[in-house]
Amino acid sequence: MNILNLFQMAFRALARNKLRTFLTMLGIIIGVAAVIAMVAIGQGSKQSIHDQLSSMGSNMIIVLPSSNINGGVKIAGTSFQSLTVKDIDALQKKGSYITDVSPSVSTKGQAINGALNWPTTIQGVYPSFLNIRKLTLRDGIPFSDNDLLSSAKVCLIGQTVIDNLFAKGENPIGKVIRFGNIPFQIIGILDPKGNNAFGQDQDDILIAPCTTVQNRILASIYYQNIFASAINEASTDSATAQVTAILRESHRLKPADEDDFRVRTQEELIKTLSSTTGLLTILLTVIAGISLVIGGIGIMNIMYVSVTERTREIGLRMAIGARGRDILQQFLIEAVLISITGGLIGVSVGILSTTLVTYFLKWPTIISQSSVVVSFAVCAVTGIFFGYYPALKASKLDPIDALRYE
Amino acid sequence: MSKKILSITDLKREFAMGSEIVHALRGVTFEVEEGEFLTIMGASGSGKTTLLNILGCLDKPTSGTYLLDNIDISKLTKDELAELRNHKIGFVFQSYNLLPRTSALENVELPLLYNNTISNKDRRERAIHALEAVNLADRQHHTPVQLSGGQQQRVAIARALINEPIMILADEATGNLDTRTSYEIMTLMQELNTKQKKTIVFVTHEPDIAVFSSRTIQLQDGKIQFDKLNQNIHSAKQSLADLPINEE
Repeated sequence: MNILNLFQMAFRALARNKLRTFLTMLGIIIGVAAVIAMVAIGQGSKQSIHDQLSSMGSNMIIVLPSSNINGGVKIAGTSFQSLTVKDIDALQKKGSYITDVSPSVSTKGQAINGALNWPTTIQGVYPSFLNIRKLTLRDGIPFSDNDLLSSAKVCLIGQTVIDNLFAKGENPIGKVIRFGNIPFQIIGILDPKGNNAFGQDQDDILIAPCTTVQNRILASIYYQNIFASAINEASTDSATAQVTAILRESHRLKPADEDDFRVRTQEELIKTLSSTTGLLTILLTVIAGISLVIGGIGIMNIMYVSVTERTREIGLRMAIGARGRDILQQFLIEAVLISITGGLIGVSVGILSTTLVTYFLKWPTIISQSSVVVSFAVCAVTGIFFGYYPALKASKLDPIDALRYE
Repeated sequence: MSKKILSITDLKREFAMGSEIVHALRGVTFEVEEGEFLTIMGASGSGKTTLLNILGCLDKPTSGTYLLDNIDISKLTKDELAELRNHKIGFVFQSYNLLPRTSALENVELPLLYNNTISNKDRRERAIHALEAVNLADRQHHTPVQLSGGQQQRVAIARALINEPIMILADEATGNLDTRTSYEIMTLMQELNTKQKKTIVFVTHEPDIAVFSSRTIQLQDGKIQFDKLNQNIHSAKQSLADLPINEE
């Protein structure tokens, strides 16, 4: 019997019992659709976290002062003063893996514009900071190196601060606001970035030249952080090592000494968060996979029923010349047809439901080709695996008994 | 002398029923030549069904030989037996055994599906032709439930004819039919036998069916009680005409 006839015959046999065929398929449909939707949701959230972190600059390196032992007492890193302009110079001179370097100091305080006021943070940095953090201006200009040298009282303003200090429609550019007692002229408006992965409002900020904040507000020569960017995402590890080496040298640490700073990259955060969402994806996929197996058992069950019901048909087919192999093929193809059709419908339902989830719930989703291919392949294999035993049972029937089966 | 279709020599078939051995056939010998219309008769337990199974190549004898078209079936594997059934035998059953919810045409085509040498187009043509031969050309697309018992059996006969077998093997083919329809079926069988020279082996327990055949073998307790040529073959067509017409 040729393969086309076999498929035709299997199709007709299944079409004879449409409802039953559909219900059997349903298990597979739900299984495949679930796998695709779950993986899409998992991958989507993973990607969105990655994107959010990347938007802060995925090749960004942050140096923080570290706790250090001072006379046997560990001192909190934040209050430890170890990062200075010397470090910046050293990094700028020797850091071959890094492009931009900027120190950062920040302090909280009250921003005041006439009758309106708002508690916010002012961050003092170099102009290159905008590059490192991938910040862009919606309006106005960034401050320059000259502003840095003269400790100019200028600042860039975030959207949240604008919302709280200015009436709607008012243009903040050129306006002077006060931060604490110091007047700042607003020269640029930052593009809104929204909340970061931790729910922190990234637009609730004023950015000013580093020296201004250091000299006029904090009266300190130390930096709280140093930001740098690696030449690309792939070289963050090399850049981290280099930054560590340069800073150790600049801090004159002996080989036996602990680092008095820590170097952090976005990569680490991405990895941590990715592994969490990765675990979630695996969990969802396993659950979906189980439903696929249950679908397969459904096929097996219905194929057993079908073989019993059609015992006389099998007997007849054998009497008129079907070999055991022909019967095996026939029932196997019916099972495979159920699972493949179910798989195809499942893929469509999976893609459709994923699209609906994105559309209505606004969840980020990514339909991965591999999940479509794998779940489809798994369900084809499921059909063969669970269809094989009933088909084998059918092919082993004795035509004499089968013909007289009541 | 005409061709030998089958030749059976000292055929025995035993079954083990627990510790007992049941002798279903205790040494049967006969030959069938081309163009014969043989009825095999016998009460239940006479070994009729066992003999039918062996004749139909569904079962093998315990001892003795069975040559079908000069092929010794005892030497064949299961698959070879299946092929032999496909090529040489046309089965007609008491309960028709048509595939439900499948058109008459597709039912008739079925045996050719297991014969790879025949193209799809050929198969369809031969099926139509076979249905014409049983006067059901206008019922091609009817499914079994839309056909009467007699029509269903005619579809089954068409199915038996489609492979151009050397022998039609009928198992109580009129058992489920009323007298009138039985006679109609027998008329068809006689036509196939006389006009198309088909060899027919008809297993039955109804003596009034045997009168339409050219030869009768009576089995009793696994042995041939008698094997006689029928000198006075009744015409089924005539018997049909003689039946009293229903009042309705």
